[in-house]
Amino acid sequence: MHYCPGCEHGLLTRLVASALDSLKLRKQAVMIDSVGCSVLAYKYLNIDHIQAPHGRAPAVMTGVKRFRPDLLVFSVQGDGDALAIGLAELIHAASRGESITTFVVNNAVYGMTGGQMAPTTLLGQVTKTTPAGRQAAIQGRPIDGAKLVASIDGASYVRRASLVPKPITSSDEPMFKQQEVEDAKQVIENAFKVQLMGGFSYVEFISTCWVNWKMSIKQAKIFASTQLVKQFPLGTYKDVFGVEDK
Amino acid sequence: MATLDASKSKYSNNEKMFLEGNEALAYGAINAGLNAFFGYPITPSSEVLETLAKEFGNPLYPNFKVFLQASSELEAANMLLGAAATGALAMTATSSPGFSLMQETISYAAGMEIPFVVADANRAGPGLGSLGPEQGDMWKASKGGGHGDYRCIVLSAHTVAELAQTPFLAFRLAFKYRNPVIILYDSYLAKLKEGIDLPTVEDLMVDRSWTVGQQNEGSRQILNSLNLEPDVHEDHEAHLQEKFRAMLEHEQRAEEYLTDDAEVILVAYGILARLAKKVVNKARGEGLKAGLLRPIILWPPPMTLLEKYVDRETPLLVVELNAGQLYEDVKQAASRRVDVGFVGHLGGSVPNIGTVESKMRRLVYGRTGG
Ligand SMILES: Cc1ncc(C[n+]2csc(CCOP(=O)(O)OP(=O)(O)O)c2C)c(N)n1
Ligand code: SF4
Repeated sequence: MHYCPGCEHGLLTRLVASALDSLKLRKQAVMIDSVGCSVLAYKYLNIDHIQAPHGRAPAVMTGVKRFRPDLLVFSVQGDGDALAIGLAELIHAASRGESITTFVVNNAVYGMTGGQMAPTTLLGQVTKTTPAGRQAAIQGRPIDGAKLVASIDGASYVRRASLVPKPITSSDEPMFKQQEVEDAKQVIENAFKVQLMGGFSYVEFISTCWVNWKMSIKQAKIFASTQLVKQFPLGTYKDVFGVEDK
Repeated sequence: MATLDASKSKYSNNEKMFLEGNEALAYGAINAGLNAFFGYPITPSSEVLETLAKEFGNPLYPNFKVFLQASSELEAANMLLGAAATGALAMTATSSPGFSLMQETISYAAGMEIPFVVADANRAGPGLGSLGPEQGDMWKASKGGGHGDYRCIVLSAHTVAELAQTPFLAFRLAFKYRNPVIILYDSYLAKLKEGIDLPTVEDLMVDRSWTVGQQNEGSRQILNSLNLEPDVHEDHEAHLQEKFRAMLEHEQRAEEYLTDDAEVILVAYGILARLAKKVVNKARGEGLKAGLLRPIILWPPPMTLLEKYVDRETPLLVVELNAGQLYEDVKQAASRRVDVGFVGHLGGSVPNIGTVESKMRRLVYGRTGG
């Protein structure tokens, strides 16, 4: 895989593959490849793919799904792709209640282009374009995608989960709890089920980008699971069909 | 002449309909088998969107399965990309500022070989410009328009009836080459009303073997845009260029109006071709054998025909609503062997006949003659 070792993009690809197979959806699945580190997903997920321009996956998904309601359509978008350049397409797809699914990798930076500020970059966080740290007065505050999408009437399932296990101890050699990762697969299945019920599903995954955060993999996992989740609380923001209770 | 009765349009072709260009384009698209339309309002093309909104769901048009107003031309173009990738006969209509916004997606579609149709009712620019007609988007439509080196076939029309026929040809060529096709018309033709017979068309048979969503066991379709391996991308671009060369060779199309014995040939397209025909007829009444070469397809330009008249040493007068865009192609064909005159009119209106006539006479008789 072209993903950096330890990156949750690779993990997410595997979880999506296994959710598709658990639900026996491989044949009807079409993935819209977004522009970001998930751009080469067609090399790993053995289903049909269409490339979307940067940020436009929800619009491309809409075009596919409206003409072919029998297909399962989803994308893996970066936080920049979904919440900066593509915010309008995301919000309007949600507002129309398109029966599509988007997974957003929230790693608080632009990964593919080398670590510039994203809409999700934390206050004080140093990136290549915020060398002095993000400042509210200059670059504004981070955008909470899950909260935003949940506020849109047409959205049916909005969830923020984590692909970064919590450290059990804060000693030098932390242990990581796998439960969150296992929960993530269930969340992916839920998102697909909501689409099959005709609803719009948005799932955001807390992830790392250790390469661009200039941290070790371990430091990055600790940062994400302790700091990112403070700004971006995990949980179910909306579940109109009660898919999590079923 | 019946007034607009859309519910009859498909099956009452002996009945003339009185339609504005936009409506004719909409019904022409439906009759060509339109499956999906996405659009965003903009003057002067909104009536295409409105007409199709009204007809969506009409049981006479079972193929017309998707109609959606988008939140921008960016969104509309990308909806188009998705629907077309699954094999829909998909179309949008816009006007110049919206056409600008669609260019990135048209570039992706050219690269991924996804066929769809974009109609641009050219209004005067740059910026918001004016709502009147111009042909300032000619280069944008015919020289790529978005990033990268690609071409789209560009259709034009000079009457409402002809505009109604463009969608069928556009879909046919789009699928033939797996490439976007542009219908370039203008504010004038968009709003002009004429009595027309809507074209009846045979079912368009297109190849959908490449589309996604076929759900075949074991095979999958990938429409990808990024090739990180330089040699793979080099081969891909070579393949695309081969298609553009094939278009150039096979798809030139123009009307020759009284050109056989012409001492001077006007070259004009779209709304200006009507004015040029008037100039030609009037000149002939006054003893000057003028003719008109009217490109029906703007890209590829009618180079073969242009070269024929250059070989005959016939002077050419290009008349355009821009500062000289098709003019460049004509000068290239002429390669300094014949005189090429030019009348360019900007600002959202058409030039007066006198201006064109005096330029034409000067070209034939020289500065003092005639
Ligand atoms: C129109 C356009 N602008 C900019 C880019 C460059 N670009 C590629 S990916 C990207 C952002 C990637 O960040 P993100 O969406 O957060 O995804 P990640 O790589 O972190 O997964 C940008 C700006 C582009 N490809 N197209
Ligand atoms: S650049 Fe960051 S987001 Fe992209 S693959 Fe590497 S670690 Fe993951």
